[in-house]
Amino acid sequence: MSRQSVEFSITAAERLNETLNAFLEIDRDGALKRAAEIEQTGSQGALAGVPIAIKDNICVRGMQASCGSKILGDYHPPYNATVIERLLKAGAVVIGKTNCDEFAMGSSNENSAFGPVRNPWDTTRVSGGSSGGSAAAVAAGIVPVALGSDTGGSVRQPASLCGVLGMKPTYGRNSRYGLVAFASSLDQVGVFAREVEDVARVLGVIAGRDPHDSTTADVPVPDYTASLTGDLKGARLGFPRTLFGQGLDDEVKKAVEAVVDAYRDLGVEIVDIELPHAGYAIAVYYIIATAEASSNLARFDGVRYGFRAEETPELRQMYRRTREEGFGPEVKRRIMLGTYVLSAGYYDAYYRKAQQVRTMIKNDFLDAFRRCDAFITPTSPTPAFAIGEKVDDPLAMYLNDIYTVTANLAGVPGISVPCGLSSNRLPIGFQLVGPYWSEPTLLRLAHAYEQSRPFTDRPPISAS
Amino acid sequence: MPIKQSDIEKVAQLAHLELADEEIKTFGPQLAEIVNYVEQLNALDTSSVEPAIGGLTPEGEETDSSRADEIKGSLGQRVALEEAPDPASGHFRVPKVL
Repeated sequence: MSRQSVEFSITAAERLNETLNAFLEIDRDGALKRAAEIEQTGSQGALAGVPIAIKDNICVRGMQASCGSKILGDYHPPYNATVIERLLKAGAVVIGKTNCDEFAMGSSNENSAFGPVRNPWDTTRVSGGSSGGSAAAVAAGIVPVALGSDTGGSVRQPASLCGVLGMKPTYGRNSRYGLVAFASSLDQVGVFAREVEDVARVLGVIAGRDPHDSTTADVPVPDYTASLTGDLKGARLGFPRTLFGQGLDDEVKKAVEAVVDAYRDLGVEIVDIELPHAGYAIAVYYIIATAEASSNLARFDGVRYGFRAEETPELRQMYRRTREEGFGPEVKRRIMLGTYVLSAGYYDAYYRKAQQVRTMIKNDFLDAFRRCDAFITPTSPTPAFAIGEKVDDPLAMYLNDIYTVTANLAGVPGISVPCGLSSNRLPIGFQLVGPYWSEPTLLRLAHAYEQSRPFTDRPPISAS
Repeated sequence: MPIKQSDIEKVAQLAHLELADEEIKTFGPQLAEIVNYVEQLNALDTSSVEPAIGGLTPEGEETDSSRADEIKGSLGQRVALEEAPDPASGHFRVPKVL
């Protein structure tokens, strides 16, 4: 059985990749060999024989990890990320590495050095980003589940634009060991799937404390599938009305308001909440994330791995030219911004200020969660936009993350759930955000919605 | 604070990026626009607010990350050098420093 499903996934990935550009590497031989082994040994793992796609910034031994960047190009990491070790132990079969914005920096996948991922619902449109390849692979039915990483919305936003589920867990819920660092205080590995139950299963496998990552927390991992009870009695859902205003596409607004009505019908109490500093989140995010990135990306210097520029007889020149030729424009722009906000004379004005406002945003969340178990927003202000539409305007691109970055800044979990199609048949998603460690609540809420309003439409580019 | 071309050049130097002239020309106004946008934070009074350090939850902060001081295996020289652009006799070779 596992061999058949892995064979199906690989064949679909190979066939659709010319159209979608979702995979940067497909490991036919390795995956089939592993599927056969699993069948032979009769593995009883939670994910035995399940084909899975992995974003190309998560290390899988024997496969590439380019991070969508020329500077890592053909890099093959010598070890597995902890989340991969856990998936393999549970019997999952990695079929390939998925395309992404370079070093996970982007909201459209157009920053990949290997070309943009195309949205399976309309190939002239973006998949969202940065985990666009994983989102598109799940949406097109190539794999049932995939991993991505979420620093400011990079799992939830492409999930929304491609019409699948995407979850970012609480900061410290799962290990970042073997996830190539972008902004270490915000990064978390996240899960894509088409069914809530699959999100719960995969999260249960990858979550938990890891001695290799000191930021993982010693908090027991519950059985997430057991939380999918359908019982929403007594649940209170926050509705931050002020976030449903300016800049929000009218169709998205209506679709998400209809979800609020659906929850009311399911017996959920809807509570008005305020998040007074949410409007400052993008500014805070682009200071903190770029500052951390400028430091994390200093390691790419052409010495120990990856690309090195040629004909550079002097060391500093080698560093500078390697980084100039190896990084793409958005990564350079963010390294520049991060270096600027951390540089002498500006640190207090920008970085310290942003960290203070981050505290204010966290406090807003703590206040809100005294009155509700989770709150709802759109995931993205618009459905998928056209490839090329926003590439020349970095600030407009950053504003795509307006609904998602706050969860990363506060460290709380969030999930994007599909809730219908726009008039031109593009998926719309809503986001549920909850307090620390509230994954069971978010999954229960998402599951109850899924059961009452199943999203059964499939994109025109599809494996089956 | 307006960003001048000399600021861009200085930051590029700090970040070890040898930017092309066209890049300096495009990045200048783009970075200025972004910096101008983030300056909206100045509207907030943060004088009595502690800065958030890192992303840890309260449970994460309580988690003990210390471990016994024991020798454990590592990648080893051969594997560590496998991806090096210019390995030589068990070392990473780099262009001349001085």
